[in-house]
Amino acid sequence: MDDDIIIITDLVKKFGDKTALDGLDLRVHRGELFGFLGPNGAGKTTTVRCIATLTNYDSGTIIVDGVDLKKNQTAAKNRMGVIQQQISLDKDLTIRENMISHAMYHLIPKKERDERIKELSDYFDLGEYLDKPVDSLSGGWKKRAAIVCAMLHEPAVLFLDEPTSGLDINARRLLWDVVKSLHAKGTTVFLTTHYIEEAEALCDRVGIINKGKIIALDEPKKLCENVGNVAVEYMDEGKTRYRYFKTDEEAKEFVSNLNNVSNVTIRATNLEDVFVEMTGSSVGSQK
Amino acid sequence: MTFLKEVYAVAWGDMRFLRHNFLSILIMSIMSPILYLVAFGYGLRSGSTDIGVSYVAFVIPGIVALSSLSSAFSSTSTRMNVQRLYYKSFDEMMMCPLSLSAIVVGKCMLGLVRGLVSCGLLYAIGLCLQPEELVLSPLFVLCVVCSCMVFSLLGMSAALLAKSHQSMGTFSSLIILPMTFLCGTFFSVSSLNPIFQAILYCLPLTHASECIRAAALPGAIPEFPWISLVVLLAFGVAFFILNHHLLKTRKV
Repeated sequence: MDDDIIIITDLVKKFGDKTALDGLDLRVHRGELFGFLGPNGAGKTTTVRCIATLTNYDSGTIIVDGVDLKKNQTAAKNRMGVIQQQISLDKDLTIRENMISHAMYHLIPKKERDERIKELSDYFDLGEYLDKPVDSLSGGWKKRAAIVCAMLHEPAVLFLDEPTSGLDINARRLLWDVVKSLHAKGTTVFLTTHYIEEAEALCDRVGIINKGKIIALDEPKKLCENVGNVAVEYMDEGKTRYRYFKTDEEAKEFVSNLNNVSNVTIRATNLEDVFVEMTGSSVGSQK
Repeated sequence: MTFLKEVYAVAWGDMRFLRHNFLSILIMSIMSPILYLVAFGYGLRSGSTDIGVSYVAFVIPGIVALSSLSSAFSSTSTRMNVQRLYYKSFDEMMMCPLSLSAIVVGKCMLGLVRGLVSCGLLYAIGLCLQPEELVLSPLFVLCVVCSCMVFSLLGMSAALLAKSHQSMGTFSSLIILPMTFLCGTFFSVSSLNPIFQAILYCLPLTHASECIRAAALPGAIPEFPWISLVVLLAFGVAFFILNHHLLKTRKV
């Protein structure tokens, strides 16, 4: 069995004149929780939509769990579960009916289907909501229901596209627990997110995409090391500026030489610093 | 066998939707055809037609054809439009390992069933009103099923091509509404001048009306218009291919 569950090679997708994915190369290891970060319009959702077969790509290859998407789409679809950014449950049906629909799409036999719905609903504490309309649930619980739908056919890899977008802090933390528990069970999770702290808290490795290309790919700690473990943040002429250093000593020496600046902070470098340093923009700011 | 299972899987959610809203859908389906029947059949005109049957008996099959269009088209197009543009649940289905043919056929089942319910109820009323003239035959059922399926497929095409709810409304106003009144539902197309006739024979409802009327009134129209049935089926095949193509190229 291949160590890499997702292998994307030279992926190109254009929308008219705009190149959304510009020769994207990416490998996701089996069993890892992979974070996919990038500014708005960088190509995160387009990548997920190409893998999920919702968008045709112009060239390149996508291999999911050993199956080439162009050669055997049906087999590839059976190996993945996708939770879209927008909650995509059918609001005219109950939660249980949505789950049954999903199971039926994968032609899961009735007995097995009912067992899995019960097992997963219990696991995600959804039992009491099963026969309620979708809109009677809050955003966080709808996401849980969407995750159950995507998990019913036991996919090898689960794609979560901005799963906590629009959720309050409590719902976000609850969903983090869900993602962690899925990962602990051995599911490969591919998580695209705007929230740097989310990627830092959850992910084994992080890929940063900008202008349709991967510009950094490593463990969060190593990405920070590459930029510099120590960050100096200060206000200069009304703007916040950042400098990065390998050691505390270098940072302190730099600070001691600063003149006419305010709000000087020395702290550990985080993924947001890496992101800003590599993309030249803060998360979510680029169009 | 797998194909049928896939069609069932695709249609299952829509059938649950129908079940949840059965009464309101039933009332909506039957309301306008009855109003048409009262207004056109009894209000505007009476007496007999040039084919030798009463106008009420003439217009009932026309209204059945009209109901097959309005019920099948609107149920498929509205639900698909909502699922595709607002709920995004259509994307969920597209990410599952279903054949595109099964998706096209399965998504048309709601329109087919609702169209059959609507036409069935209306024709039952018609048979009570004109028992001597109207006939219920297997050919009549076949024509209604074909008509409902064709217009359900058309509803799917409209929903897949629509960029917004507004564009659906525009399509209905420009294509569906004129068809409703002009395609031989309330009067015989042969009474119009040849240019209009040629235009109207390019539209599927004209052929549906002719087939359904001939099957309902075999005494007055002894020759069944088989060519119209073939043309109607050809429209169905064309809409099926269009829907399949739109899904395959992901132009949705």
